[in-house]
Amino acid sequence: MDLIEPTREAIARLVALDAPLWQVIWTSIRVALLALLVAAPLAIGAGFVLATTRFPGRRVLIVLLQSLLAFPTVVVGLLLYLLLSRRGPLGAWELLFTPEAMVIGQAVIAFPIICAFALAAVQAADPRLFETARLLGARPLRAGLTTLREVRFALVAAVLSGFGRVISEVGCALMVGGNIAGLTRTIPTAIALETSKGAFTEGIALGIVLMIVALGINALLSLCQGHGGWMQGMRG
Amino acid sequence: MNEMTARLRRRPGRRPVRPTDAPCDGTRGRGSADAARRHSMVGMAVLLVGLAMGGLSSPGVAQSGTPRAADRVIRLATTTSTENSGLLAALLPVFEKQHGYGVRVVSVGTGAALRIGVNGDADLVLVHARAAEDRFVAEGHGVDRRDVMYNDFLIVGPRSDPAQVRGARDAAASLRAIAARGARFVSRGDESGTHQMELALWKSAGVSPKGAGYASAGRGMGEVLTMASELQGYTLTDRGTWAAMKSRLDLEVLVEGDPALANPYGIIAVNPARHPHVNAAGARALMDWLTSAEGQRRIAAFKVGGETLFFPQAKAR
Repeated sequence: MDLIEPTREAIARLVALDAPLWQVIWTSIRVALLALLVAAPLAIGAGFVLATTRFPGRRVLIVLLQSLLAFPTVVVGLLLYLLLSRRGPLGAWELLFTPEAMVIGQAVIAFPIICAFALAAVQAADPRLFETARLLGARPLRAGLTTLREVRFALVAAVLSGFGRVISEVGCALMVGGNIAGLTRTIPTAIALETSKGAFTEGIALGIVLMIVALGINALLSLCQGHGGWMQGMRG
Repeated sequence: MNEMTARLRRRPGRRPVRPTDAPCDGTRGRGSADAARRHSMVGMAVLLVGLAMGGLSSPGVAQSGTPRAADRVIRLATTTSTENSGLLAALLPVFEKQHGYGVRVVSVGTGAALRIGVNGDADLVLVHARAAEDRFVAEGHGVDRRDVMYNDFLIVGPRSDPAQVRGARDAAASLRAIAARGARFVSRGDESGTHQMELALWKSAGVSPKGAGYASAGRGMGEVLTMASELQGYTLTDRGTWAAMKSRLDLEVLVEGDPALANPYGIIAVNPARHPHVNAAGARALMDWLTSAEGQRRIAAFKVGGETLFFPQAKAR
């Protein structure tokens, strides 16, 4: 099967700002970023609380959280479908087969990943950091933010893992988005569609586009990451 | 389209978003290089937030807001054959332009499309499984079923044709021969219209499809054709998907022309009495157009590789 020709064509369409192709790419990026915007603050906050506080049931919660990492995205999609369907409890929201439904689904998918990584990051941070900040008169919230700032390399890595999971996710997007052309078609669902039509080469070309997009977003986000390790000197 | 976007943009309740909650900090006393880096970090975060938020007001999301009954959006649940063959892409833009509606197509198997209709998650369904359609209407889920078009099913299989059904006219007898030979048969297995037709044919053949040769794929027509080609097995396909895909398949048409293989497509509005939120006017407009002289003419004129895939069948109203 010839791969070079369709790939070249896909890249030519990218460069020529082919409207349907960019619509698909833009839907993918927009939905994934909005999902991260919803999920990341909550997940990082929850990870911080789990890492720094002690309460009954905490271990169980952590085990549950970590097993959620393996939760199949189609199950998230199915549960969300049942919730959002007209006949479901949230049917009145009229969200099934919309980008918003995909944002919700991807936020749910991203949450445990970011939360588990954030938990690990905060746990690995030097606890004296928080205490010192408190001693210097910072309120708990301010001291917490200081801690998060210090581990931001790991936190951005957490967000990037979440991004990687949702941008490449097909099960939930297909189910609650419906793969509607121009509205809820993302790169992975478009690949699934092309494959179902037997158009494998077009699917591969889209896959390459997805990798380029992921590379771009990762590069952009890693600028927020800083160099990492610049704290080492201070930890002494 | 523009009108719709503009109207939805006027929707109340959308707060302007200020990217002020970007992570920025006021810690003092670091080197200037540090400050510069912090600056670029904040800038980057603002950019990302702005990018994502900008998405909220882009047309794609704006029009998806809340499709009310009075909306200009029609939600059509249909089968993979109408979408994958390219028929809807040829028809719908004309209708959208003439009538000022936007049509959103969710293409799944007939069984799934009808279930979307049962749940009220679409305004109308375009499907092909007459018995299931009649049940859908009889149970009060749909109203105003109309014939739209028809084509036919084919039995396709490997050129080697181990069950020797090539040229046969009797579809049921051919299936019986395939089963008797224990030849590979790939079934949709997904309650689609094609799957229901296949089950009806097995029933009239008096054979229950089982055994090692029978693979129930649970996938769409395109995937099943690809599987049959890879496994060099037989399968039942609609003519539309076959014509669109045959150049990529190592299969050929072996049985066609049996009246039992007729494949009529019907269009049904989701019952507005049961689901008051549906866009009944929009559904009716689309049904009227598809069954109008112009819609029917355009269905007949749709060709893939010079071959007519769907034949108009609507009764004059």
